[in-house]
This record gives sequence, structure tokens and C-alpha cells, in this order.
Amino acid sequence: MKLQPQSYLAEHTVRSWLLTHDHKRIGILYLLTIIVFFAIASVAAALMRIELVTPQGDLVTSETYNKLFTIHGVLMVWFFLIPSIPAVLGNFILPMMLGARDVAFPRLNLLSWYIFIAGGVLALWSLIHGGVDTGWTFYTPYSSTYSNSHVISMAAGVFVAGFSSIITGMNFMVTVHKMRAPGLRWFRLPLLVWSLYATSLIMVLATPVLAITLALMSVERVWGVGIFDPKIGGDPVLFQHLFWFYSHPAVYIMILPGMGVVSELITCFSRRRIFGYGYVAAASMAIAVLGFVVWGHHMFVAGQSVYSGMMFSILSYMVSIPSAIKVFNWTATLHKGSISFATPMLYALGFIGLFTIGGLTGLFLAALAVDVHVTDTYFVVAHFHYIMVGGMVMAFMGGLHYWWPKITGRMYPEFAGKLAAMITFIGFNLTFFPQFILGYLGMPRRYHAYPPEFQFFHILSTAGASILGVGYLLPFLYFLWSLKWGRVASGNPWEATGLEWQTPSPPPTHNFEKTPVVTREPYAYDAVTGKEEPQEGLMQQTSAV
Amino acid sequence: MSDEIISPRIYFKNFGALIVLLLLTIGAAYLDLGPLNFVLAMLISLTKTALIALFFMHIRWGGKMLHLAAGAGLLWLGILLALTLGDYISRGWLPVAQH
Amino acid sequence: MDSATDTVLAEQFDEIEQQHSADTLGMWIFLATEVMFFGGLFAGYAVYRFSFPHVFYAASHHLDVLAGAIDTAVLLCSSLTMAFAVRAVRLGQRWMSILLLGVTAVFGAGFLVIHGFEYHHEWTEHLVPGGSFAFEGADPHRAQMFFWLYFATTGLHSLHVLIGVALMLVLAVLVLLEKITAARFMTVEIAGLYWHFVDVVWVFLFPLYYLAGAR
Repeated sequence: MKLQPQSYLAEHTVRSWLLTHDHKRIGILYLLTIIVFFAIASVAAALMRIELVTPQGDLVTSETYNKLFTIHGVLMVWFFLIPSIPAVLGNFILPMMLGARDVAFPRLNLLSWYIFIAGGVLALWSLIHGGVDTGWTFYTPYSSTYSNSHVISMAAGVFVAGFSSIITGMNFMVTVHKMRAPGLRWFRLPLLVWSLYATSLIMVLATPVLAITLALMSVERVWGVGIFDPKIGGDPVLFQHLFWFYSHPAVYIMILPGMGVVSELITCFSRRRIFGYGYVAAASMAIAVLGFVVWGHHMFVAGQSVYSGMMFSILSYMVSIPSAIKVFNWTATLHKGSISFATPMLYALGFIGLFTIGGLTGLFLAALAVDVHVTDTYFVVAHFHYIMVGGMVMAFMGGLHYWWPKITGRMYPEFAGKLAAMITFIGFNLTFFPQFILGYLGMPRRYHAYPPEFQFFHILSTAGASILGVGYLLPFLYFLWSLKWGRVASGNPWEATGLEWQTPSPPPTHNFEKTPVVTREPYAYDAVTGKEEPQEGLMQQTSAV
Repeated sequence: MSDEIISPRIYFKNFGALIVLLLLTIGAAYLDLGPLNFVLAMLISLTKTALIALFFMHIRWGGKMLHLAAGAGLLWLGILLALTLGDYISRGWLPVAQH
Repeated sequence: MDSATDTVLAEQFDEIEQQHSADTLGMWIFLATEVMFFGGLFAGYAVYRFSFPHVFYAASHHLDVLAGAIDTAVLLCSSLTMAFAVRAVRLGQRWMSILLLGVTAVFGAGFLVIHGFEYHHEWTEHLVPGGSFAFEGADPHRAQMFFWLYFATTGLHSLHVLIGVALMLVLAVLVLLEKITAARFMTVEIAGLYWHFVDVVWVFLFPLYYLAGAR
């Protein structure tokens, strides 16, 4: 009898986890870590929403409120969203999608997790000692001169965590270039691989600029003079240039992987090939590259030159083209598909709707004159939450459900899953749609008190947030439940295409017993039956019979 | 990455060229060329970079991907410098903004 | 495949060529991130030199061109010995490798010593930005910006040199202990790429800071 290779989960010692080189285990380490940061940042959000139920600042002082939105922003952006799909799902799935045994540099992969932990500890240290009140953007001169909070330790935390994302990006790029299975040509890659490659490009080229910028800001804070200091001819707007050179592309770190996941989900649950594969793949790369030349739209009212503003406005419009291509192609893929509304599909459909709203309101903000009206209002807050939460978090949840059987070997409970997806969708819209109206009516962001006429919308928003909270808590509970009591999953419970489904669930340590050979494009769902098309070689065999 | 071992002559020639370029850039700095001083200095530095990358860093014998990776670094630095400077250069263009 | 390369090949790779090209590509991608890391400082230089060029020329005049030229020459020499060190490792010349790695480290340390003297000189001349800054020129406030950028950029560069020197010493010890042999030359090749990169950065810093106001 042939010996079955051991599942990657077989070893149970703490040592086997903390010293693992296995990309799948490292993905799980990241998952556990980001859940902690998500929870802390969510508590901050909940406190803010509760404060905003009444127009008076009666729950927290303005100073505490400033610290709440800062910690919410810093943790959600750098310690949850940026590692969410790339470092968790990407780490787990990418090598399997390529038919590889592991990433190119497994030891560096583990190192990236430890660096991430170190960054997280610094950020938490800052939080415990009183937090930071600058907002997640750390604008100078407030951060470098005037703020009396723990700016440096928080910036150091972000600086350190940045290197973990650089290492992940570098590792993914080399893995995609060098570790593809025989026959897996570039245009046979699953679209998640394309989007993770594009994401890695941004991580590698943008993150170091953030690192040096935060370092310069911190040196200025310690030394008393610095590069952004007007006393010696410096310009605080330069900080904004450098900060947004990273942070705008970082928005694409927070949406591109989500787009990749959605491409996987849409094809699988409508049993169809993706419409216009080449366009969707190229759109990922176009978004990554164009994302680097639009940062000035965050600075329309910051004192940047008008001509610069016009150019950044036009360039920002251009990014909407590849984004729209993706939305059209997903919709066209759904057309005439045999659609099943499993939980991951509900999240994917939710993603398309919410991302479209977020993207279109982004165009409002890219228009110079409209932006002057809504800058620093709740309109902006609603817009980027539609992208980052409505887009990325929905995609992350969808992907987590989709690959959960692969990761754990167990199915999640389907009914509870659908319920949670619905609750999340409703709660999200109730939370953030009223904020568009609030912002348009003139409610500025980052205030703990406000005129009474805005109260109605704030109450709607807080009510929505509590529903959203339930929507996130529910999966947490049933995922835990499923680990012990969930139905045992087969190797390919969704009858999906893709190399990751050709291994057992959970996969053995080196993923494949034998390196697979790829002979055709991805998403080869038969147009009539919706089943996976038989492989070329096999087809010849049957016709011979 | 190459599989052949590179001959010492190439390294020595490369080193010689780099030293000549160093002397050249110092000499050029003492000439009064106006704005061309800066342009010339940067051109010499770029040439030195190319020599170091091609021969010492073996990129001449490396694949297309290495050229792309090395080029990407420079291209993205160019994006950062060009679009940031674009703001500062055009700030004075609008007369009302002078106040 | 002989047994020597067998142990060198990591389990995630199929062939040694695949592993070598992955290592090289990974390092080049890392160097691209290093370019962008220094990029923030270059952007600062570009913006402020554009905004007040004459202050920059006047301030640059206070740096010692000869010292800068010697710095450059020392680093170019170290790049040459580094290139030969990689070659020696590939040829399996153990003692030659150790010697060349050691000489490279000595050049690197020499660079740091010369630069240390320069910093000391600038300190005594009150050219360090902050309370004790003193500058006889048209615009002493904005002259501080030149020196701030100079100290930040060369400081970051010197930190890279320091890391490089430590790296060379570690490699020399590993060659001595035969942990690095001809089959494992890739470790030295990768470290070499880093070393040459640090040299390239200086190739730009020298004209931007020392030569801007040479006339």
C-alpha cells in the first residue's frame, strides 16, 4: 500500500509552528496575528461610533477621539489590510496555484512574519503608553513638532512592518518568475497570481519611500530641525508628496488582491471562463503602474500648484479605465453562467457592487472643484471605506470561505455563512452610505462633536456599525466551530479548476506528490455542463476508445 | 548570473575607466558651464553606474529580468522626482499665487 | 548532479540554475527597493536645490572636494577587490578569497575613517544643523538645509557601508570554516551585488554634495 504523505497540519508542537518554513503555516501565523490587530482596531472604531451617537462630546474627550481614529487607521491599514490577502491567502495559495513546493525564499518568508510581529509590538507599545493623535497620515509639522503623543514609536512600528511587506513582495515576484510548474505560461496563470504580482510590484517599489519618509519625520522630531521644517527653508508639503507616493499605491495594495480573489470566485460559482482574460490580467498591471502617478489628488487643497493638481486629476481619471474593465468583465462572465449563490459568491457579488460605488465616488474626488467642496469631510471617509472595507474585506472574507476547506480540511456551515454575508452587506451599507450624505452636507471628518442637524445620519451609521460587527463576529465563531465539527472537505469541494484543488485538503507539506504539468488556460469550465473540461491528453484517450 | 568565470582583464579595464571618469567629473566641476555643469555631472555618474552594473555586478551576462529589475528602480525614482518637482516648478506660474 | 551541489540545492527548487537565478533576481529586486529608500532623500535634495540653488552652491563650497574624491577612489578600489573576491570563491581559491574579502572590508573601514574625520571637521566648523550652527553667507537659515540633507544622506550611506564591512568579515570567516565553498559561491555573489550598490550610491552623492559648489 502506498503511504499517504502527511498533511501540513500533522505536527502539533509550538516549535514546529514558530520555526516553520512552510508557506501554508506562515499564512496561518499571519492570519492569527491580523485577527488580533483587527479586533483592537475594531474596538477603536466601535468607541468612535458610540461617541458619535450624540452631537455633544460626552463619551470621550477630543484628545482621546484623535487617538482612537489614529489607532484605528494605523492598525487597520498597516497591520490588517495590507497583510490581509497577500500575506494570509497569498502565502497559502500562491505557491499551490503555481504548482510549486514552496515560495522561492521560505526562510525569508518566516522572517517577514517575525518582522511584522516586531512592528506590531512597537505599535502596541505606543498604544499602551498613551497612543498617537496625528491621524494615520502623520502629517508634519504636527507630527514632527507639535504633537505631545508617542509618534516615534508608532512610526517605528510602521517602518518595521514595512520591511515585512517588502520581503513578502520580493518573495512573491521571484516565486512567480522562477517557480511556475512546467507548461504554466504567463497567460495560463490564474488571475489571483497576476493581481498578487502587481501588488508585489507596489510593495517593493513604494514601501521604501514610506520608510524613509517616516524616518526623516522622526529624526526631525528628535533633532529639532529637519527636512520638512520651514525654519530652514523646508516645505511640509514635501512630506505629503513623499507620504502619498507610498500611500496612494498602498490603496491598490489594499484592493488589487481583492480583485484577484473575486476573479477566482466569479468564475467558479458561475461555472464559466473569465470574459477577456488578457484584459483582466493586463488591467492589474495597469492599475499597479498608473497607481504610482496619481498621488497628488490627495493634496488638491494642500498648497500644491494648480497645474500639478490638474495633471494629477487627469491621471487619476485614467486609473478608472482598468478598474472599470475589471467590473465589466466580471459582469460579462456572470452573463449566461449557471450561478450558484454559495457564501463566497455572495461576498464576491457584494464586492462588485460596493467597489463600483467606491470607485465612482473616487471619480468625484478626483475632480478638482468637487474635491474642494468635499475634502476632509465624511464623503472621503465613506469613499475609502467602500473601497477598503466594502472591497478588500469583502473579498478577504469571500476568499477565506472559499479556501477554508483547503486550509483546514473542513467545511464551514453554509447557512450561517450566507447569513453572515448578508448581515455584513446590509450592515456595511447602513454604516457608510449615510456618511456620503453627511460629508456632502458638510460634516468634517475627525471631529468628536458636531451640530445637531447631523445626528440622524450619525445614528443610522452607528446602528449599521453594530450590525456590521455581528457580521464579522459570526464567521469568527463558526470558523472556530467548523475546525472540530465541520463536515470533512474533499480535495476539491467546489469542483473548481486550478492547481490548488488538485491536492488533498489539507495539502501535504510540499503541496504536490508530483509536480503537475499544465496544458491549458485557467478556468476551463465546460460551457454546457459547467464541469471542468477534460484535459487534452485525456480527451485523445477517450476519442481513441 | 553567468556560468563562465570572467577574465581579470575586464575587471581591470572597468576599474581604469571608472577612475578616469572620476577625474573627469572633478575636472568638469571646475569649468563654468552654467546649468550644464549639473547635467554633465549626472551623465558621468550614470555612465559610472552603468559600468559598475554591467561588469562588476555581472548584469551584462544576466537575463532580461535583471535588466528590467535594475531599470525599474531607476524608472520609479524618475517618477518620484519628476512628479514631485513638477509641483515646485509650476508653483510660480500662476500670478495670483504669489501673495 | 554531484553530491556537492546536491546539498546546496534547497528543497523548493528543482535545479541549481533555477535557484541561482532566483537568488540573483531576488537581490536585484531588493536593490530596487534600496534605490527608492534613498529616493526620498534625493527627492528632498532635488526640491530644495531647485528652490534655492545659490544657497546650495555656497554651502557645498564648505565640503572638502579632495576628501570626497579620495572617498570615491577608495570605494571604487573596494568594488574591484569585491569583484575579484567573488571570482576567487568561484575558482575555489580559499586563501585568496579570504584575503580579498578582508581587503574589501579594510577599504570599507578606510572609507568610514576618512568620513569620520570629515564629520569631525564639519562639527568643529559649526556646520551641523541645530542650535550651534554658524554659517557666514547670505542665507544661514537655508544653508542648514543643505547640511541637513548632507548629513542624513551620507549618514545613511555610511550605515550601509558599515553593514557591508560586517558582511565581508562574516563571509571571510565562513570561507575560512569552509561553510562557503565554490559550490556555494552565490552567497558571496549576492553580498557583492550589495557592495557594488553602495558604491553606486556614492557615485551620485559625490557630485551632488561635494562638487555642486566646487567652483
